[in-house]
Amino acid sequence: MTKEQRLKKRYSAEKRFKAYGIISVCAALLFVGILVFKVFSEGSGAFVKTAIQLELDLSKEKLNLPEKPTKEDFENIDFYDFAQQHILKIYPAITTKEKKELLTLFSSDFEYEVKDFILSNKNLIGQKVFFKITAASDLDQMHKGNYTRDIPEERRKVSNFQLKIYDFLLKENKISKIFNNYLFSNGDSRNPEIAGIGGAMLGSFFSIIVCLIISFPIALLAAVYLEEFAPKNAFTDFIEININNLAAVPSIVFGLLGLGILLNVFELPRSTSLVGGITLALMTLPRIIIPCRASLKAVPPSIREGALAVGASKVQSVMHHVVPLAMPGTLSGTIIGLAQALGETAPLLLIGMVAFVVQVPGTPMDPSSSLPVQVYLWSESAERGFVEKTSATIMMLLGFLIAMNSIAVYARQKFEKKWI
Amino acid sequence: MNILILAFIALFSFSCFFLGKSQIKKIAYSQKFKPKALPHFYGFYLSLWCALPALLIVLLWSIFEPFIVKYLIISGLEKISINSIDPDQLNLIYQKIKASYFGNFTGIASEQIKKGAEQYGHFLSIAQGAKVVLVLTLVIGFALVAYKKIQNNTHAREGVEFIFKIVLISCSVVAVLTTAGIIFSLLLESIKFFSQINFFDFLFGLGWSPQKAFVSDTSVALSAKEAKELSKAFGAVPLFAGTGFIAFIAMCVSVPIGLFSGIYLAEYATPSVRKFGKPIIEILAGIPTVVYGFFAALTVGPFIKTIGESLGLAVSSESALAAGLVMGVMIIPFISSLSDDVINAVPQSLREGSYALGATKSETIKKVVLPAALPGIIGSILLAVSRAIGETMIVVMAAGLAAKLTINPLDSTTTITTQIVMILVGDQEFTSAKTQAAFALGLTLFVMTLILNFIALRAVNKYREKYD
Repeated sequence: MTKEQRLKKRYSAEKRFKAYGIISVCAALLFVGILVFKVFSEGSGAFVKTAIQLELDLSKEKLNLPEKPTKEDFENIDFYDFAQQHILKIYPAITTKEKKELLTLFSSDFEYEVKDFILSNKNLIGQKVFFKITAASDLDQMHKGNYTRDIPEERRKVSNFQLKIYDFLLKENKISKIFNNYLFSNGDSRNPEIAGIGGAMLGSFFSIIVCLIISFPIALLAAVYLEEFAPKNAFTDFIEININNLAAVPSIVFGLLGLGILLNVFELPRSTSLVGGITLALMTLPRIIIPCRASLKAVPPSIREGALAVGASKVQSVMHHVVPLAMPGTLSGTIIGLAQALGETAPLLLIGMVAFVVQVPGTPMDPSSSLPVQVYLWSESAERGFVEKTSATIMMLLGFLIAMNSIAVYARQKFEKKWI
Repeated sequence: MNILILAFIALFSFSCFFLGKSQIKKIAYSQKFKPKALPHFYGFYLSLWCALPALLIVLLWSIFEPFIVKYLIISGLEKISINSIDPDQLNLIYQKIKASYFGNFTGIASEQIKKGAEQYGHFLSIAQGAKVVLVLTLVIGFALVAYKKIQNNTHAREGVEFIFKIVLISCSVVAVLTTAGIIFSLLLESIKFFSQINFFDFLFGLGWSPQKAFVSDTSVALSAKEAKELSKAFGAVPLFAGTGFIAFIAMCVSVPIGLFSGIYLAEYATPSVRKFGKPIIEILAGIPTVVYGFFAALTVGPFIKTIGESLGLAVSSESALAAGLVMGVMIIPFISSLSDDVINAVPQSLREGSYALGATKSETIKKVVLPAALPGIIGSILLAVSRAIGETMIVVMAAGLAAKLTINPLDSTTTITTQIVMILVGDQEFTSAKTQAAFALGLTLFVMTLILNFIALRAVNKYREKYD
């Protein structure tokens, strides 16, 4: 082999090596792209819902109301019957089967929607009004174009008769897409069209607040002790090894801890965000202590010495000078730790936060679910409407995570003091 | 009631703060001496003396009260019954009594339970009264003691700072307590499990079918045949194999991609590429694992299935390959950013020496930088492996449930974490060997990850020391 040939070979090896690097980086970036694209393309549909316009005749005869209706009279209206009559008027259905098929095009909650509408708009009594009522999930998916209609009827979720109604409604311009308020206000449900992540969001919120209240002070004080006060001895080393190891323990082990200690020994209420929050706090603790220590370490010794020189005690120098200066770093470390806790699922599964909870929780002591757990729960159900909802939940979750991380980064860049 | 007591303590010690602060000023002025600390330290001193002993008592009381009441009720039950009742039965009766006292007992309450509930209420009211009296005495008593000390111009700052340091130490001990709690809870159930199942049957058995444990009733002594069957139901080797296999697939994806991106970002990338590329890759680490699981189960799994079927292969819809691939993607940033760090820590002089001998950049990296950074890189890979075997949601959602020994990546396998979740989600019965098996699996997982982390952290630290 001549010198030139060898050189050429070496240079091409160089180029190849560099190309591997570029390919790897691109592959990693591609994965991020695919994932985000997939989630967004699937989930964006869930933020709107299909609604069918219904003309309601709110005359007193129809509602069975006396001339001067009292509150009780309103409570006694048979809303189911009233709503059903109006729905059946929308398209001529003759047989019982056809009537049933027509009714199943509407959300299973149509009775309550009509009830809420009438009770909150009593001034409209006696008039004819247009009211948009939520469509059932199958019609919703049909309208969003997620179902194909040219397959045989047996394999379709929507029957031929229902398709006919759909086409009729389209022609009459009675179908529209409106903002899906149920997604944010409702708890879980078996029916995709009325299932929402309101309960899960509150559950997550409560757990994160509990987690913050427990983990931040403990982590900060522990970091202060280890960084500023701890003598160099075996006990301190033992604590440090413990913290480093805990940070790398799989999260599911913390779930076992929550189940074994919090639920079985202390008998705290199962499935609540309180227990979820405590479990997450124990998990996040070491992950917050480590950045807190780093930011305390970054404060130069001259600050401490200056404080000591003017007569402050050790505690005063630390609490009045070092900790406030380290605050931006500790806060951003805490927020990042909390963001991790927000996305954590496995420990919550073990302490029972996977229950099917329809009620939106009011306090941390109520049974609830959380955003990532809701993703897990919905991904198990096969209905098309839930796939869309799952992706929307992921979008919300990612949105919260991005927001928290950006706040952390911003806070650090804005408030952190650079020591030269 | 507890809230009222706590509110009282808080209010009282809060007002004591101002009392202490103003009193020291007044006393010092009237008796003409110089206080030994700033006035607010006397405030803290007084309020800490008020609050801490009382809080400690409230805490201990709330921990021990249920146990004592339970003991009293159960011993009362034992006294009236003629023949002895077994502990489980007693426990059940106690639960019923408690439920009926709080008014959420459904079903018809027997005479015994009604009486028990009455007794329960009686004990509770005694306990409550005693607690209130004790707390009031403590708060006021200690307040008086501390007030006396203030008048004598005590060293308030030293006292306050001593308490503060104790608070600091106890906060850092929380981490140790957490570890202890983990070990305690895992061992507690695992010991029960290993008293039924031989340790070696668990560790080296080839069949995993915990649902069999439901067949036998644990309170009755097992027949020889049943015992043999039970010992065969908990062989964890298929789970270890499945976990290792999926982790192996994940490492096949993440090690090359992660390592090469780490090298590229550390050695080749211009500062601007690095500035944008690194955070974007690290997004992968920030995405919740449940999202990856969803992605694996709904996108990657079916995709592999369609490809496999078009090639004429039998692909399970919950293949190990799908879970492993997605897990690999999740792990990329761990390897890339850690190896990026260790490569950056290699001294520049080593590179320059290599360039001076005429080596190209890639030759320098391969022959000089990587060997120098090897311990750190291996450490980062071990950390990634420990992450992979402890990862839960991806495998729960995308890998199978049936335990089988297979090395076909298109077949479904199960993992340790999947089985823990499957056993413990939903209602559990804590006397069943099946539930305890989950804790035994948890213990194995904990020990495995602990060893891996320990080795990895040592490798990384040793490497750091070498060049620092």
